[in-house]
Amino acid sequence: MMLSIEQTNPMTTDAPIRWTRKHLLSLEELSADEIRFILDTADSFKEVSTRSIKKVPALRGKVLVNTFFEDSTRTRTSFALAAQRLSADVIDFSEKTSSVSKGETLVDTARNIEAMGVDIIVLRHPAAGAAQKLARNVQCSVVNAGDGAHEHPTQGLLDLYTIRERFGRIEGLTVAVVGDIANSRVARSNLWGLLKMGAKVIFVGPSTLCPRAFEQLGATVVHNFDDVIGQIDVINMLRVQFERIKSSQFPSVREFTSFFGLTWDRFQRCKKDVFIMHPGPMNRGIEIQSDIADGPQSGILKQVTNGLAVRMAVLYLVAGV
Amino acid sequence: MGWRYGWLCCIWWPGCSVGRLPVPLPFGFAVNVMSTLLIQNGTILDPSRVFEQRKDLLIRDGRIAAVGSGLGKADRVIDATHCFVTPGLVDIHVHFREPGDEEEETIATGSAAAVAGGFTSVCCMPNTKPALDNEGQIEFVIREAQRAGLANVYPVGAITKARAGKELAEIGLMAERGAIAFSDDGVGVADPAVMRKALQYCRMFDALIMQHCEEPSLGGGAMHAGLVATTLGLPGIPAEAEQLMIGRDLLLNRTIGCRYHVQHISTAWSVELIRQAKIDGWNVTAEVSPHHLLLTDESCRTYDTNYKMNPPLRTLADVKACVAGVKDGTIDILATDHAPHLAEEKELEFQYAPMGIIGLECALALYIKALIDPGHIEWMKLVEMMSTRPAQIARLPAGTLAEGAVADVTIIDPSINWTIDVEQFKGKSRNCPFQGWNVRGRAIHTIVGGEIKWALT
Repeated sequence: MMLSIEQTNPMTTDAPIRWTRKHLLSLEELSADEIRFILDTADSFKEVSTRSIKKVPALRGKVLVNTFFEDSTRTRTSFALAAQRLSADVIDFSEKTSSVSKGETLVDTARNIEAMGVDIIVLRHPAAGAAQKLARNVQCSVVNAGDGAHEHPTQGLLDLYTIRERFGRIEGLTVAVVGDIANSRVARSNLWGLLKMGAKVIFVGPSTLCPRAFEQLGATVVHNFDDVIGQIDVINMLRVQFERIKSSQFPSVREFTSFFGLTWDRFQRCKKDVFIMHPGPMNRGIEIQSDIADGPQSGILKQVTNGLAVRMAVLYLVAGV
Repeated sequence: MGWRYGWLCCIWWPGCSVGRLPVPLPFGFAVNVMSTLLIQNGTILDPSRVFEQRKDLLIRDGRIAAVGSGLGKADRVIDATHCFVTPGLVDIHVHFREPGDEEEETIATGSAAAVAGGFTSVCCMPNTKPALDNEGQIEFVIREAQRAGLANVYPVGAITKARAGKELAEIGLMAERGAIAFSDDGVGVADPAVMRKALQYCRMFDALIMQHCEEPSLGGGAMHAGLVATTLGLPGIPAEAEQLMIGRDLLLNRTIGCRYHVQHISTAWSVELIRQAKIDGWNVTAEVSPHHLLLTDESCRTYDTNYKMNPPLRTLADVKACVAGVKDGTIDILATDHAPHLAEEKELEFQYAPMGIIGLECALALYIKALIDPGHIEWMKLVEMMSTRPAQIARLPAGTLAEGAVADVTIIDPSINWTIDVEQFKGKSRNCPFQGWNVRGRAIHTIVGGEIKWALT
């Protein structure tokens, strides 16, 4: 198919690879080249957002459905806006209940949506593997917007993009992902993406929420934040996901903050040019102190801005296959 | 011998017999016939007497009449050249879903699957809806099995009312009515006080307890807790969930001495606990399922729900330990944990999909692949573990080819190469991770009470 955005088409540059993936399901399955290609594509889309008319006709006539089985504000909005800037038609399908209680399976729901002539399904679902399942059962493209505790690839990509934008590189950086690692899809997508791009990944969290098993995947697992605080280039503070923590995995919020929160005291001991990130939504005062989140070394709002460009790139690429 | 049954119907219920009697038979044809069946030229393999010789086997009126040579003429002769003639296979762990989930399996379709897999006797678990927790339910299963008229189906009663783990079910009355063992399978009895009571109470009736060993406060996940679950972001069931309950039960039962059987063992330390208990002379037996000898949690990487079962697929070290347990006798028997589920249910997301896979129609070939092909055990031991020993544990009239025994016989052709195709299965459900596997060995005739209930075409 032809996409008519010659003025911004990254495909006309000397692309190192040809994009062949119809779906974006995880970062685990992507190669470093593919990740780099998405980030480069996002570069050209970022410029679009600076124009007075923030719209290109790349996906004109295409239909995207935001299928969200979980609460989400920023991811859904970001995908919707990304699609609209590419001139796609966007439909919202939100269902808070899981497919089980509704009596219709996820696959059925998706096939019904697809039967209406949809080109891309963006799926957020509480069950790990939901996006994979969907991709095996529909003809259209599937973009994983978070599946249970498995992966959140576009979040991982926008984190990579934001780090690259800040440092000019990813390779050789030391990135700490801090907090509830076990229940975090962001942590897993960060891990795969960062490792593939040559960064060192340190997972920091209480032993109940930060299993040693991640060392076998290439991360360094640390339970004492202060041990590593001085050697970190990027700190990605994860949200403490109270809704996913079944029984008490740590004694109290107070204790969690004391050992794993990004407090002012801890921030003082960081590298001078440390870069602070958070996938949001933040529990201010729990995992991150407000003035750090809002301070000059925070990239938190940049992440949101870049999320748009990265998602435009992803939608553009998968729709072109 | 459907025509005989049809003929009897003709006498008792002349009005309703038409459908059962395809060919009208002359009056008196089926009366007083000495029915004989001769199985020729096979290798008789009878672990109950450690007998392995190429002989003929004669069945007369539903019982084993003789094993030998030159046994004369018979009404029907089966040539079993190159085949093993074994006591009918016995599976003491199946789920037939009736009553409650007849769309997944019924006692009739489950029985059909059993005989197609070479099993002449099966014990069905009580996690039906409602649970088999009273004599009426026990009687229902027995009657439905008789109506199906294929395999011997023995019901297992629930240990606690509604399998809720709170109050003991009417174990004595169920035992009187034909329950051959007691289990809350699907869940373990979580409360140690209740379990202690169950062991003490069952001891009084010398009843067998089969435990699904899973400490619920540690269980409840979707797959084995390990690297793969961590990678996939799925909630795990740690190996300790199984080991804790086994260890607890062994200690509780140490002084009680109830007949205690560990169902579907899956972890290395479970094997070790039982090995030690047996060395110490404690009363315990254990079973394993084919998938815990052939598959690991690596298979779950694609979120394929046909690899979701409970206990979950564990690690390679666990598989090896289970095989070692089979070899040294720590694990007594080979079961299937045949657990049919609807395709629609298995189509759900991994976390939400039900646990379990079907097993009756491929278990024999899978055990050959897991245990005989790599040289872990011999045929005699395999048949012992799939027939004689389970019959002993559940005290069933099966597992032997001794003269006078009920003629439950399976003829196995060990050299048939075939590809597992669930679409050919007689059971109702298709949830099987072994679809497409190339295997060898198959039951070509399954004879129950002297009647051929399955013949491979």
